[in-house]
Parts: sequence; structure tokens; C-alpha cells
Amino acid sequence: MSETNDDLRGILLEQVERLLTDRSGPDLLRVAERGEWPAALWEEVEALGLPLALVPEAMGGAGLGWGDAVAVWQVLGRHGAPLPLAGSMAAAALLAAAGITPPSGLIALVVPGEAVPWGRQAGHVVTVDNAGQVALHAAAGLDWQQGRSLPGREPADRASFGTPQAAGRLPDRLGPEAALRAGALLHAAQIAGALEAVLAMAVEYANTRQQFGRPIGAFQAVQQQLALCAAEVAAGGVAVAQAGRAADRRGLAGAEFEIASAKVVAGEAAGTGAAIAHQVHAAIGFTDEHPLHLFTRRMWSWRDACGAERFWARRIGQAALARGGAALWPDLTARDETEISA
Amino acid sequence: MAGLRFDLRDTPATAPALRAELRAFLAEAGKDWSPMVRAYSWMGFDREFSREVGRRGWIGMTWPKAYGGHERSALERYVVLEEMLAVGAPVGAHWIGDRQSGPLILRLGTEEQRREFLPRIASGELAFCIGLSEPDSGSDLASLRTRAEKVPGGWRINGRKVWTTNAHLCDFMIALLRTSPVTDPRKKHQGLSQFLIDCRLSGITIRPILDLAGEEGFNEVTFDNVFVPDNMLVGQEGAGWEQATAELAFERSGPERYLSSLPLLIAALDDLRAEPAAPEVVGRLLARAATLRQMSLSVAGMLQDGKAPAREAALVKDAGNDYEQALPEKLRDLLDPIRTPPQVQEMLGYITMVARSYSLRGGTREILRGIIARQLGLR
Repeated sequence: MSETNDDLRGILLEQVERLLTDRSGPDLLRVAERGEWPAALWEEVEALGLPLALVPEAMGGAGLGWGDAVAVWQVLGRHGAPLPLAGSMAAAALLAAAGITPPSGLIALVVPGEAVPWGRQAGHVVTVDNAGQVALHAAAGLDWQQGRSLPGREPADRASFGTPQAAGRLPDRLGPEAALRAGALLHAAQIAGALEAVLAMAVEYANTRQQFGRPIGAFQAVQQQLALCAAEVAAGGVAVAQAGRAADRRGLAGAEFEIASAKVVAGEAAGTGAAIAHQVHAAIGFTDEHPLHLFTRRMWSWRDACGAERFWARRIGQAALARGGAALWPDLTARDETEISA
Repeated sequence: MAGLRFDLRDTPATAPALRAELRAFLAEAGKDWSPMVRAYSWMGFDREFSREVGRRGWIGMTWPKAYGGHERSALERYVVLEEMLAVGAPVGAHWIGDRQSGPLILRLGTEEQRREFLPRIASGELAFCIGLSEPDSGSDLASLRTRAEKVPGGWRINGRKVWTTNAHLCDFMIALLRTSPVTDPRKKHQGLSQFLIDCRLSGITIRPILDLAGEEGFNEVTFDNVFVPDNMLVGQEGAGWEQATAELAFERSGPERYLSSLPLLIAALDDLRAEPAAPEVVGRLLARAATLRQMSLSVAGMLQDGKAPAREAALVKDAGNDYEQALPEKLRDLLDPIRTPPQVQEMLGYITMVARSYSLRGGTREILRGIIARQLGLR
């Protein structure tokens, strides 16, 4: 990656961080969970050019890569931004890769078989078929069946799509499963970010809540659990960064192993980390009033979206079993060094 | 997160060629390694093998050539380490010298000590052990009592070290000893110093302690009026605690903290093909291995940049130990004892036993998590 790109990533991350610190948070999450579209926040996000950030500059975007996107998605997760921005960014990237200039506004990314986050709000919809054909549909006139995810409680809708307004073929390095893989990556990244927030809340609470005359965080039993949670946060962050880097180097199809690993590790981290954070918070964390659940419920939904741990683990496990024991270590070390020998 | 960062690192451009060289060498050298040898790996001891590794330039790789080193990068060294561990090579005779005794001498030793020890460590001639734990001082290491008293021309040592891995086979020990008495229990970290001690000195008695597998792995080392000359003090008198804890970044950061049981997965994989539950279990193990490897590489990169990532190393070691301990249990669930080849079953048996040591050696799980908790801001 060039230094200019690194700089651009840094600037963008700082802007997103600042925007979400000011404008996002538990109150907005609650509003969105009632089905009210956070229009003002979306407008600000658009003003920063975020939806088209992954689109090449020639097509009106910022030309960022998947690794950059992962970093942005982690920030979205950490702030619990109640917007389907990650999916919109990925959809625009896939359109551009298929030679279609992405429209402005919210683009919903359809992952086969799954409900579409905030589909009702989309200006356009992107689908990818089994042959790697990307189709852009205008959303006007679509009959959305509205629903919501559980336990995430995010709006999630379904519709049938007719004739597209534009279509194009993805290059092989992105492949027919591009929507699924991008979806897995963006959910893993948002989990990694959300878990950071969850850990921070739990540490803060452990340092404040007093029992037996001292903060509960002074007890080793609590410390040991939070240390374990911190290890899960670190693992999730590394796994998604590695997947983003691999997708930049080898395309979404070539990064199958790393994306699968990221979804597995982030999914496991969501389970372990959320359980620890709730245990530390005890009863107050079980209330509607406390914001912890706004993050943990989302993580529980996100770990199931676009392939749960078991789905992705089976895939890479099957591939490794087929290759055999002698290839396991060479394959594990070769991906970022040379092409895997046959 | 709370000051802990794990930036991605790439292995160096020389890695593929280096790996090819190592794999060819290890395939030949490892032809006859038993499942037990592979299960013990870096706790195992094979002096002839270590000499051969030294001859090939794979010990002291990052040290200056003037001291027998090879002036290669920390990440090239990392590649060598992980290739050795992935096949369970018996690297114990040079592991400690290469990992921490040599770097300590290079960093804080006198010129005389560097010239005396480093070339012989790098050639695989000199084997080191670490004298830290004592019968009454384990996790509370600073409470240690083995003392070195100043006498004309040197120091007189009395006391006892325990759990010293391979002391009965090693040439030298780097020991942490008390050189000033504790006057205030809150300041017990002061007054400690590090010494280079020839394991064959008069007054030293080394008694092997059989481990749970019946092997002579670790030892009790008794010092009875052992005289050590002045030039065997390492670094500064009284600064032993700071010196030893700085060493922990090296001791805890390597790939040996997550890879100890991976040879079992490699050995067992082909026999799992007919097991319907295997793909998911193997996939989860691989996802974690790939992630831990990146975390471990990240720490190696920090060391290469001259940082001392002690807390990051503690986190990766703890997560790695959980992984390498869980691996044999998960495979045991999949392997049918009747149909599994005896070689695989034997390695599973040994690793099941040896795995208990993973979360003890180099700092217990509880101590490591305490370090992470303090980093998080918990007191």
C-alpha cells in the first residue's frame, strides 16, 4: 500500500471517529431500533464521501482498499453506528469492480438468502448471481417485506428484484461469492469494533462499581475474566485486519481463508467477550436502560450474518483435510509469501 | 485497545527461500524423531542436532558477526523458529541461549563475556538454562532467597533453584540471585542480580526431577558455597529484577507459545478425513492458528523495531497457551483410539501430558492475565 493511501486512511478514520463521537451513541441506536431512519447522520456520512470510499477515483470515489474499509468498519462497530454504511460501501465497490459507476445514496448489498439491513431505505440494490454477474436495481417501487433482526433488533427487510438497470461481470479475483465474502468481512470487522466498546464499558464499570469496600475490578476473579476478554478483542482485531490485507492482495475470492478465519475468530470472540462483559456488569447490564445490550445484541446477530462460525470453519476445514497433513503448515505460511504449491 | 496494538507484519522477502532450506534440512534430520521427541520439542535436548543447526547459521541469527552471529533480521529468525516448532524439532539445547541468554549477554554483558559466550552459543556448543524459580518462590519470584555474598574476587552462592529445565544437561545457567538482603518487604524487587554460572562448578548439585510422563525434564539445583568470580556478574549489581523482566519480552513472545501442539494436528489430519465432525473442528483450529501467528509475528516485529513489548507478549502467550492446550483435547474428541495409527495415538498421549506445562512455564496463566488486567487499567 502506498503512503498516500495510508495517509488517506488515517484522515478518513479520524473524520469518522470524530463524527460518530459527536453524533452516534446509545440514544441514536434506540431511535433506529424503533425503525426511525437516522437521516441526519446518513447525510453527514455522505458528506464525508464514505459510501463511495472504496470506489476508484475515476468513478468518483476515494480509491480505498478492503484493508482501509475494515478499519472504518471497526470504528462503525465501536460506536454502534446504526447505519447500513458498511454494506453500502461494499456494494459500491462491487459495482465499480464490475464496471458500473455506483449511484449516490444508500445502496443495499443483498447476500443470497439473507434479509437486507434497512432495505426499505435503500435508493438502489445490488445483487450478485452464481456466475459473478453484478446487477444494480433501482429500489423505487420495490415491495419490501419489513422485518428486523434478532437479537440485534436492526431493521432487516426482504424483497424480490425485477429487471436490473445495469449489470456487469465481476473479475475472477472477486468471484461469484463476492457478496457473501464482503458481508462476512464487514460483519466480522464490526464485531471486532463493537467488542472493543464492550470491553471498555466492562473495564469502566469494574473500576467504578464498589462491593466489599473496593471496586470489583480489584478482585482477581474479575480481572482474569476481563484479561480473557481483552485477548479476544486483540484476536478479533488482528483477524479482520489480516483478512482486509489479504483481500487487497488477492481479491475477495483469493482471501477466502483469511475472511473465513476472521468470521470464525470474530464470531467466537463475540460469544466469549459478550458473556464476560455481561457477567461483569451483572444485573445492570441486563436492563434496557444500560447501553451494554445495544452492542452485545448486535454482535450476536452479526456473528450469524453471512455465515456463522460453523459455516466458515467447515469450509476451510474441509479444504485443509482435502490437502492433507503434509500441506497444512506450508499452506498456512505460504499465503502471504508465495503462491501455494500444488 | 488500552495501549495494546498488534499491527500486521509481513515475513521478510527471504522467507520462502529460507523455509525451503529449513524444510529440506528438517525432513532429513527428523526422519527418526519419535512422537515423544516431537511432543517435547523445545523442552527436548539434542546436542548434536543443535550443533548442526548452529553450523547452518540458525542460532544467534540477529547478533553481530563479530560475536559469531549472522546479522539477519528478527523476522528471519522468526521464520526459522516457526519452521522448527511446526515439526516438533528437539531444539532445547540451543533454544534458551538463542532466545534469551545470548541476547542478555549481548545487551548487558561485558565485552569479555560477549567474546567468551556468544560465539559458542551461536555454534550450538553451549547450552543454557534459566535459574529463576525456587522451592518457595514461583509466581512471587521477587521473594527468592538464593543469595550471592560478596567475597574477595567474586561471590559465594548458597541456596536452591527448582524446575530448572534441562539443568542436568546444560553448560551454564543464568541465575537471578539476591545480592542484598530484603530490609523492606515492599522493596523485595531490589537487591537482585544476574549471574552466569558454570553448571559444573564445585558445590553445585543437580538432581533431576521426573515429570509426569516419567522423563527427566527439569531439576533441582542446589548451591553449597559455590564460588563464582566477579566477571560472571551480568549487567549491574542490584538491577537483576529490571534486567530479568526486560528479558521476559523475549521469553514470552515467540511462536513456541502457541505452536507446541501443532505437530499433533499435522500428524493426525489425514486420519480425520472420515470423521464427519472434523471439518468444523479443524477449521476453527486453523482460523485461530492463523490469527495467533499474526499476533506473534506482530510482537516479533516490535522486537525488531527495538521495542520491548512485554505486555503484548503476555497477551499473546496467554491466548497461545489456551490454544495449544485446547488443541489436543479437541482432536481427542475426533480420534477413534481403535483406528488411529499408534504413532498418532502416542503423540496425543504425550502432548496430553506435556500440555499441562504450557500455561505454567514462562509465567502462569494467572500471572499473565494479571499483567493484562493492569494494562487495562484494573487495580
